[in-house]
Amino acid sequence: MELIELKNIYKTYYMGDIDVPVLKGITLSISKGEFVALMGASGSGKSTLMNILGCLDHPTSGEYWLEEREISRVSADERANLRNHKIGFVFQNFNLLARTSALENVMMPLSYTHEHVSDKEVKHRAEELLKRVGLGDRLHYEPSKLSGGQQQRVAVARALINRPSVLFADEPTGNLDSKTSEEVLAMFKQLNVEEGITVIIVTHDPNVARHTQRQIHIHDGLIANGQTSQGGSQ
Amino acid sequence: MRLFRLMRILRTALRAIRRNPMRTALTMLGIIIGVGAVIAMMEIGTGSSNAIAKTIARMGANTLLVLPGAATSGGIGFGAGSSMTLTPQDCDAIIRDCPAVKSAAPLVRARGQIVYQDRNWVPMSIYGTTENYLNVRDWTDMAQGDVFTDKDVRNSTKVCIIGQTIARELFQGSSPIGKEMRVLNISFKVVGVLSSKGANMMGMDQDDIVIAPWTTIKFRVGASSSTSSGTSSSTTSTASSPSQLYPNSQTSLYPVPSDTQTADNPKPVRFTNVDQIVAAANSAAEIPQAIDQMTALLRERHRIRNPKDDDFNIRNMTEMTNALSSTTTLMTKLLLAVALISLIVGGVGIMNIMLVSVTERTREIGLRMAVGARAKDILRQFLIEAVVLCLAGGILGIILGCGGSYLITRFLRWPTETSVPAIVASVIVSASVGIVFGYYPAWKASRLDPIEALRYE
Repeated sequence: MELIELKNIYKTYYMGDIDVPVLKGITLSISKGEFVALMGASGSGKSTLMNILGCLDHPTSGEYWLEEREISRVSADERANLRNHKIGFVFQNFNLLARTSALENVMMPLSYTHEHVSDKEVKHRAEELLKRVGLGDRLHYEPSKLSGGQQQRVAVARALINRPSVLFADEPTGNLDSKTSEEVLAMFKQLNVEEGITVIIVTHDPNVARHTQRQIHIHDGLIANGQTSQGGSQ
Repeated sequence: MRLFRLMRILRTALRAIRRNPMRTALTMLGIIIGVGAVIAMMEIGTGSSNAIAKTIARMGANTLLVLPGAATSGGIGFGAGSSMTLTPQDCDAIIRDCPAVKSAAPLVRARGQIVYQDRNWVPMSIYGTTENYLNVRDWTDMAQGDVFTDKDVRNSTKVCIIGQTIARELFQGSSPIGKEMRVLNISFKVVGVLSSKGANMMGMDQDDIVIAPWTTIKFRVGASSSTSSGTSSSTTSTASSPSQLYPNSQTSLYPVPSDTQTADNPKPVRFTNVDQIVAAANSAAEIPQAIDQMTALLRERHRIRNPKDDDFNIRNMTEMTNALSSTTTLMTKLLLAVALISLIVGGVGIMNIMLVSVTERTREIGLRMAVGARAKDILRQFLIEAVVLCLAGGILGIILGCGGSYLITRFLRWPTETSVPAIVASVIVSASVGIVFGYYPAWKASRLDPIEALRYE
């Protein structure tokens, strides 16, 4: 009854004649409602793991169960569908569409949803989400008119528009100053506590990881420890 | 459901287009100029082509001549035009029953001296006809005065209109209107002077002409009814005219049939015949129909079953018609080539900028894929963007082209003509250009790997 279950995941990149093994048998489970930090030095394989968890890539071998469905071998289109419905992404560099209002940025993922959602409903949901991340008064601002923290909050709202099961944040505070970082992390925590959203933050920064309940350390393609941390909450 | 998705993709495309106005404008510029050039060229081209067609038509390219056939008697042929079976009623029937014929007029020829005061002249042609003749020849603009009317034709009024050469030679600058001149010793009042037409293709002066009602020429002046267009100066005057002052001044061309011959070849009661009928087809393209309709009609009227027995010939100006149609096809082909080249140039421009745009928007594509866009969604989006760009460019180009050709007409006074097929074709072609040249960049975009694309700087 875990949300995410990885069983013996391997990922090997083939570069010409040389095989580069990146993940060497990862077994991991994350329950619904957890607030997890995925940590590791660069080159440790944490980005690769996150790509696999985020359905951007598929493992070379192993099983990936997401909400009790094995998805390590599904087609690219089906992975896109899963990303649309089950997964929200927040990126280090926000990745907002330039010259597009905050509202439209948030609404964007719904244009790739198969199910019919009425325009009114889409707009309503986006407005609600922007209000929740504290940008109710900046619905029609373009990203260039927003501060870094505000941009990241727009990105969070965008990640949540399709009510995903899990939210991935890849170095969400990498481009923010320490004060804004704290704000954004506090918001993640709030979403996790109040809404019960599962949040997985990928970071190399222990200060960021400190905010989470559990840190998973990746080292050379293997999990170093996956224990629940006591120092998660301050 | 499908429609809603299409609307959403269309909206996304429009948003993407709006997001970068500069790039959008540059992309569209190629198509705008391409389509604009095509439309302007087509309008100027059709205008010029029509003007050329009209000019050639004025030279008589649409003219059809109905000549009487050859009469034979006792094995002796009398040459073209010797049969006397064409009647003015045939002409009326042609006007009435041949839809491809714009106008037709009977023609009676005469030849002889004209005199005014102390000057005399022998005109190249003295024609008896109806006012339709000028329509057939596209010669309705008069320099002075008016054309005689149908009533003049019915009453054999002694009126005539003259060409510029005669006005110059006989009247020497004074206005001929209302003056009396003698044509073969019959007094005619000049009611009009034709505008100048110059020489025809054979180099004959077309302004050296006297035109009068055919009834007057036939019955009062006494033109030979058996004169063919082929016979020249020495016309036979068989009809006895009250005003024939010098009988036997002209030698008879044909042998007078003996009583036996006449008995052998009984001729129907003599009816009024004309030397030829001139007709004009509605357009050069309708000449074959006009000929078919006239042939059928005349055969029926002359009770001819076997085409071999035709007592008439219909001639057209094949040479001129060919020149006309080859001019038109040449113009059309030229314009088509120009149009295609400019549209291809525009299309390549679109492809270039779309390719740049795909590279520039790699991160955006990665993001869209990360939030759930499938490869085909991306393909569709970029394709629709290209088509929308091309269509918008095409419409702007149409406006530009129409405006340009309007200005050209306005200020340079070139003939232009709005070409609806060109506009429709431009819209279709610019949409196809969008699809054809937008496909490769769109395909490239859809093939991006989301992980790589997101990392792209």
